[in-house]
Amino acid sequence: MTRVSMKVDGVVYEDDVEPRLLLTHHLRDGLGRVGTPIGCDTSNCGACTVLIGGESVKSCSVLAVQADGEEITTIQGLASGEGGTSTWHPVQKAFQEHHGLQCGYCTPGMVLATVDLLKNNPSPTEQEVRHGLEGNLCRCTGYQNIVKAVLSAAAELRGEQPHKGSFQDSTDLTEVHA
Amino acid sequence: MIPAAFDYVAPSSVADAISALVEGGEDAKVLAGGQSLIPVLRLRLSYPSVLVDLRKIDSLRGVREDGADLVIGAMTRHADVVKDPLVKQYAALVATAAATVADPAVRHRGTFGGALAHADPAGDLAAVALALDAQLVAEGPGGRRTIAAADFFQDYLQTSLSPDELLVEVRVPKLEGQWGVAYEKFNRTAQAWAIVGAAVAVRRENGSIAEARIGLTNMGSTPVRASAVEAALAGAAADAGTIAAAAEHAAEGTTAPSDLSAQSDYREHLARVLTRRAVTTAAGL
Amino acid sequence: MTEQLDAGLVAEQIAENPDALSSPYAGGELGRGRRRKEDAKLLTGQTNWTDNMTLPGLLHMTVLRSPMAHAKIISVDVSAALEMPGVIAAYSGKDLADVMGASMPCAWPVTPDMVSPVHTPLATDEVRYVGDGVAVIIARDRYAAADALEAIAVEYDQLPAVVDMEQALKEGAPLVHADKGTNQCFLFDFPGAGADFDETVAAAGDDAVVVKRRFRQQRLIPTPMECRGVVVAPIAAADEFTLYSTTQIPHVLRVMLALTTGIPEQKLRVVAPDVGGGFGAKLNVYAEEILALVIARKLGRPIKWTESRSENYQATTHGRDQIQDITIASKKDGTLLGLKVELLADMGAYLQLITPGVPVLGAFMFPAIYKMPSYRFICRGVFTTKTPTDAYRGAGRPEATYAIERIMDELADTLGRDPMELRKQNWITHEEFPYTMVAGLTYDSGNYEAATEKAEQMFDMVGLRAEQKARRERKDPVQLGIGISTFTEMCGLAPSRVLGSLSYGAGGWESASVRMLPTGKVEVVSGATPHGQGHHTAWSQIVADSLGVPFEDIELVAGDTKSSPKGMDTYGSRSLVVGGVAIHKATGKVLDKAKRIAAHLLEAAEGDVEFKGGTFSVKGSPEASLTIQQVALATFAAHNLPDGMEPSLDSDYVYDPENFSYPHGTHLCAVEVDTETGFTTIRKYVCVDDIGKIVNPVIVQGQVHGGLAQGIAQALYEEAVYDAEGNLSTGSMVDYLLPSAADLPHFDTGRTETPATSNPLGVKGVGEAGTIASTPAVINAVVDALRPFGVNDIDMPATPERVWRLVQAGSANGATQ
Repeated sequence: MTRVSMKVDGVVYEDDVEPRLLLTHHLRDGLGRVGTPIGCDTSNCGACTVLIGGESVKSCSVLAVQADGEEITTIQGLASGEGGTSTWHPVQKAFQEHHGLQCGYCTPGMVLATVDLLKNNPSPTEQEVRHGLEGNLCRCTGYQNIVKAVLSAAAELRGEQPHKGSFQDSTDLTEVHA
Repeated sequence: MIPAAFDYVAPSSVADAISALVEGGEDAKVLAGGQSLIPVLRLRLSYPSVLVDLRKIDSLRGVREDGADLVIGAMTRHADVVKDPLVKQYAALVATAAATVADPAVRHRGTFGGALAHADPAGDLAAVALALDAQLVAEGPGGRRTIAAADFFQDYLQTSLSPDELLVEVRVPKLEGQWGVAYEKFNRTAQAWAIVGAAVAVRRENGSIAEARIGLTNMGSTPVRASAVEAALAGAAADAGTIAAAAEHAAEGTTAPSDLSAQSDYREHLARVLTRRAVTTAAGL
Repeated sequence: MTEQLDAGLVAEQIAENPDALSSPYAGGELGRGRRRKEDAKLLTGQTNWTDNMTLPGLLHMTVLRSPMAHAKIISVDVSAALEMPGVIAAYSGKDLADVMGASMPCAWPVTPDMVSPVHTPLATDEVRYVGDGVAVIIARDRYAAADALEAIAVEYDQLPAVVDMEQALKEGAPLVHADKGTNQCFLFDFPGAGADFDETVAAAGDDAVVVKRRFRQQRLIPTPMECRGVVVAPIAAADEFTLYSTTQIPHVLRVMLALTTGIPEQKLRVVAPDVGGGFGAKLNVYAEEILALVIARKLGRPIKWTESRSENYQATTHGRDQIQDITIASKKDGTLLGLKVELLADMGAYLQLITPGVPVLGAFMFPAIYKMPSYRFICRGVFTTKTPTDAYRGAGRPEATYAIERIMDELADTLGRDPMELRKQNWITHEEFPYTMVAGLTYDSGNYEAATEKAEQMFDMVGLRAEQKARRERKDPVQLGIGISTFTEMCGLAPSRVLGSLSYGAGGWESASVRMLPTGKVEVVSGATPHGQGHHTAWSQIVADSLGVPFEDIELVAGDTKSSPKGMDTYGSRSLVVGGVAIHKATGKVLDKAKRIAAHLLEAAEGDVEFKGGTFSVKGSPEASLTIQQVALATFAAHNLPDGMEPSLDSDYVYDPENFSYPHGTHLCAVEVDTETGFTTIRKYVCVDDIGKIVNPVIVQGQVHGGLAQGIAQALYEEAVYDAEGNLSTGSMVDYLLPSAADLPHFDTGRTETPATSNPLGVKGVGEAGTIASTPAVINAVVDALRPFGVNDIDMPATPERVWRLVQAGSANGATQ
């Protein structure tokens, strides 16, 4: 057993862990932070993405002992404030406004990968968004609305108006690429 | 899936790491960023007795100049290599190829030295190290030694590092003069491994190609140098016809594998096409 | 009237808290882009995935799987595993033989003589695919359970693998199930409702043009992002069990588990918590569900099993996998004479819940939107030593649509006709509906002309054809191809009588309950089980529209056999078309009763009471009115109801559809093919879908996008590959290539609206349309790009290497390029 200490979503946890314990299992089984799901065992899918020191990483490919002393943000710690009164991060808001999720299993990873992407590139093009998220697989959305959400969140984070959401009263489904 | 149990040490100096490797014996394994190793452990394709984690050894991180060389610490992460101004200035091919490794989250953990020591011929950086005549510096109980990239990669996933040696830094001769670079990576989906890659640096002089350095990804059990193309380009005119003719030699001396991703003849064809395209880009055409 | 309300205690409390009574209904719910109610928990990580669940004393199960495709089990020794730390129990198949049931169910015996092999949750004597379960470990945590698997010693006697369907049918081929004496599962011979194909072609004599192709539907791995998992909570003393599973079908699962294990149905509660996608792969009864249940019963302890992705690729059903020999015939003028379909369909090693039914469902879809006098469909189901196949998004219909839309292009090429013009010549025109097509289905409505016209406008067909011509003329290394898919599908599975005629083991109805609560809020109980589609949102819109209550005031109860006791669950684009209509009908019953109560309270004749915008009023005296919420409260108080009326404002409805629904649309795809590397890039993708009336356009659009991604992935990326020994070579996401955002294009989507006439909502379903339509559009485009090289087909996925080899062969043969 190895003693590890890490701050997860603002709370410091100290635990004795087996060296082989995956960070993602530590978060889920050890700390009860089950908002971070697991989607593969080869680091392809990105469902388990969390932020370590503000940078996106796949928590299934990190040992808990490697995260000793680190500050970790999961999807459960992204909004500011607590519970029902919390304020969603602009990326969370944009994913809802642009219907960037369906089953929601990839969503925690996709949202956190987006937060990291926009930190490094506040004004990405559509192609930069698509490539920036290539490590996060989604099986429901075909990615189009995720891309829209990311571009909209980018605008809001730059202090501009977020893009008009998909949810409007119109029944016209016609969308043509600009 | 879940790794089998192992012991773990995280020494804070190279000397302590080497001691740990010596003590651990043949079944000890070095943990750098873990982006290749941890999936391998999860799939139980490897059963190390002890992992020696290098994350606390600050001296293994960072990029510096040392005379004619650029020195990249083995534990420098891909994300840092990509952004590093010295790498951009003196070894732009390294940055260009490192930016294509896996995906952003993996590049936040994966390291330059770790990728080279893993020695996967489908990895993007080994061909670059070979093309740029990098020198890999290993440290073991007997001290340091320097291994040319051409000697470092021995076989599929095998290097000339002995089990008690660490890769500590990589010395890349600075590219001085008017160099252009390109990495043509061919894969079926963006996050897939390269079926073939062509890493190219070209020095232009007076409108012709003075010198070309070309490494190929996944064209054998190790990265390979497209020497025949380099020879054909040395001093050649920088025009499309000359480059195309030279690139026809790209598959010479390679032993491309046939596997699930591609048959060897297709890989050979891709090597020619990608080399032509990369040289064309690097030559600024 | 108001005095009576004020007299009630509840009413007083509500009067102090006016927000508790709902605000008036704003109107216009159907067709409105409502934000999804599902999103809040999903976006903040407060989701209830099966693996999130933990219980006191929870034990973890792992399954040892066969590393061989086919072998006799000589012995299984779990004794060393039992000595491992944290291990509570370990069982071989034989150890559990008396409790795990005689065989897992297949609910669709497609022919009376279908070969239906015994399929036990763990193999006892013989393993028949890589991944077949051999033994289980029960341990205190998942790490201990994983370790102990390696301590189980199994001795195998290897038998020959049978990987290829045609080889499997040959005389003397090794048998997957030796006791059955054959690898043929069934022969389904369907003559359709028209003339005989061969006779029709013969009668046409010299005027007949016959085109034949062999298409391969490669094997696909559905890959929902959440793998499977099960948690069983027993109350052993009472022989009662709650089973949580990542399933699309908790209701069907409960019935099947009761039948398989002998646990009385009323003692078994099945819950589908939040489920991370299904795509057909969770439309099943799986070994691990049975094992966790019977072991929890045996040990009296809660059991959890969580599948890894590596396991998922071996042990969760695969999709597609057909060899299609397709013959189409027309007159020289292009008028279709008929279609003949000869299929080999790979069952894999065993029959799962609807394995044999998947290709048979396709029997009705091959003729698609085209008029033709003759049809013949012959399908052989074949056993191989591979993972069983079953439903995958579209289930039989993508395979059929691919074949007809591909062969129409080849017929056009043979006739020297424009592929769209040939389609227009033969499709059912909008004046001809309802139309009974040659396979016997009656299409209630459709307008193929309108969808096609809109798609062509969005696509710029003229400009792209001009560019294609220019690229061909200048022998550009990057060639342009244009692909068409004018598809239809059958959705809304299904009229129970039709299912009965096809020997399916259950009905196709769906159940709904609508309950008005005392405070005027509404609970809607649905037998359709969500796993990402947005049922909560859509159902709220349907109820809001009918009852005139605010969208926000409606809550969904679903996915739990205790609280939504009846259902047929979610698959086959059926939720809205069957389940949504059930809700619509149930709300109608609530409204009827509310009206009677309102009339009574307003002291008016029922015929004089009008309902609009959530308010009952008396004709001619608008000041006499009651909101539906006031009626709900009065019903709860029950102080003054019509004589003999039950004091409740809720209703049930079980809806059995009278027909399938038939979404259709026109998809147009332009690809750029790099003839040097063989790499295909989608340049433009336009689709116009006609799914009838819509409830929520944004959810519809999301379904279309996601469907397109999976259909395009079949065309270009995905393939489950087995080697000759029956090992799955594409056993992880490293080798089974799923497209990321960087690999897919932007989709231009549009819609036409031709309401279904077979249901009161006019809806048709949209869950599978994108997947069904897009695969042939993409491949038709790739083939079109390569026609100058003499190419007239390509196997899927159209990998760069396959494209390159065809270009090489074409160039070597002196094709025009």
